[in-house]
Amino acid sequence: MEDFIALVIAKYNYWLYVILMMIGFYAMIGKKNLIKKLIGMNIFQTAIILMFVSVGVKKGGAIPILDKHEVLVNGIEAARIVNPLPHVLMLTAIVVSVSITGVALAIILRIYRKYGTLEEDEIMEKLDQ
Amino acid sequence: MTTSNLHMYVMAAPLICALFVNLLGRRSRRYIAPLTLGALLFSSVTACSVLTNALQNGRLSYTVGNWTPPYGIELIIDPLSALMLLLISVVALLATCAALPSVQREQAGKEHLFFTLYLILIAGLMGLVMTGDAFNLYVLLEITSITTYGLIAMGKGRAVLSSFNYIIMGSIGACFYLLGVGYIYILTGTLNMADIATRLPLVQGDAAVATAFAFLIVGLFIKMAFFPLHGWLPHAYGDAPMGASVMIAPLMTKVTVYLMIRVMFSIFSPQYEFLLHPGIQNLVIWAASIGIVCASLQALAQRDIKRMLTYIIIAEVGYMVGGIWLANDQGMTGAILHIVNDALMTLCLFLAAATIFYRIGSLHFDDLKGLYQRMPLTMAAFTVGAFSMIGVPPTAGFFSKWYLILGGIEAGHWEYVAALIFSSLINAVLFFRLIEIAYFGDVDHAHGHAPTLQPAAPAPWYMQGSLLVTAAALIIVGLGSGQLVQGVIKLALPTGF
Repeated sequence: MEDFIALVIAKYNYWLYVILMMIGFYAMIGKKNLIKKLIGMNIFQTAIILMFVSVGVKKGGAIPILDKHEVLVNGIEAARIVNPLPHVLMLTAIVVSVSITGVALAIILRIYRKYGTLEEDEIMEKLDQ
Repeated sequence: MTTSNLHMYVMAAPLICALFVNLLGRRSRRYIAPLTLGALLFSSVTACSVLTNALQNGRLSYTVGNWTPPYGIELIIDPLSALMLLLISVVALLATCAALPSVQREQAGKEHLFFTLYLILIAGLMGLVMTGDAFNLYVLLEITSITTYGLIAMGKGRAVLSSFNYIIMGSIGACFYLLGVGYIYILTGTLNMADIATRLPLVQGDAAVATAFAFLIVGLFIKMAFFPLHGWLPHAYGDAPMGASVMIAPLMTKVTVYLMIRVMFSIFSPQYEFLLHPGIQNLVIWAASIGIVCASLQALAQRDIKRMLTYIIIAEVGYMVGGIWLANDQGMTGAILHIVNDALMTLCLFLAAATIFYRIGSLHFDDLKGLYQRMPLTMAAFTVGAFSMIGVPPTAGFFSKWYLILGGIEAGHWEYVAALIFSSLINAVLFFRLIEIAYFGDVDHAHGHAPTLQPAAPAPWYMQGSLLVTAAALIIVGLGSGQLVQGVIKLALPTGF
């Protein structure tokens, strides 16, 4: 048990992302309200973004902005700088997630105008009539 | 214009024209058709020369923005991706001929918006088949998905609801893929596919590699509607406006199957999938076989051409995925040939459906009576498409199915062979039932459902023209499939086959 707790604490960022992802996944699959589904989707995507960002972190790492002069004199010590690549990737992923959210909200608006409700079961009832 | 960056023009043409369609199409409708058709015609011609180049000179790697791989994004033009590029531009060009009139009727006043999304989607698909970068693939996958969500939501009836469901499912798929890329990045520290492939065998940690592989493949399975993850597809494609589904249905699933080939053979290796994890191989082939049977049976239950075709698409996805996982020369050849053939025959059937819908305003079986007398050419082309779907020689569908069955026998996967034959029989029942209604049924308006669109004048000549060209292409590709296999597909097979 102690080993397990030590394992969780040592890699707590991964455990957090898994928990967040499961919350998002549950909301996407289990919730009936369309807005809640969308929020679940956002949590899901954020969990993955957090995982990527935490991958780049190094203990005591500095921000990855280099002084040209210093680099020419001392060279780069990669171990002392946070890896910027996952962060850059996640900028793109955030843009993607924002645009999906935008499209989804526009579609939810149209669903609301058409059916007058955002509860999935109520919409299904109206469709069956 | 040098030959080394021709493929960039193929992709740039629809992307740039999307901008102009939006700007000029806002002013007047008449700019839209020449711009869209012009861009796609240019892409088709250029893609043709890209393919000849690729066949002569072999693999070409292209770096975007002068950042050398593995740091920058690499585009790869090999015979397989050049073939897909040509397929996408030709199918899109033919589909556009039908999309233009049907969008004009269904979405009057919103054509410029529709065709902006439509062209961006095509550019995204072209990017997908070329990219050699795992993360770039994710971004392009989302570009195609987001445009598809928009296009589907433009449909009538419950299309918005189907589109929302597709957003949820599609996002889960894309997120799984992204997660897989994350694991790969943690393990290898690179995102370039070729670079990953060289580093992955040296990586310690089987469980992590297997997790990455599972996330990547399951993500793509959701996106391509592989059984049992297919629930979103019939609604999404069935409710989409006719002009959109005529292009989305033939291309989206096929391109995703191509992406699966890329992930399996450009990132991972055949040794990894087939030798280290034979259990997974059996599982996928069983899922494909069950999927083929279930989707065929569900297609049998439909009373609407478009709905029926969407279930056939799911069965066809099972054909291709199963063929690839058979892990032998015949199955792989059959699967890649089937990507080409299936795109063409789905296009043919959807074009026929679009033409029928344009003319009589309904696709319900009861409204099809006497259609052979009213639209002989359209129905003739529909029959060719149907024969190809069943697998009657000399149409294209027969040859790829033949390869797939041979591959199944060679690999000893009899359940897959049985599923293929069963699905062909079901397809025969499906289409002959339809042909019987349309050929022998008397025109009888008493039972007809109220058409959703008012019946109109005959479809414009280019709509029927593209349908006839597609039907002819099915027979030509069928007769020329020997050359196609020898000349292109043998070169396109992943190394080791």
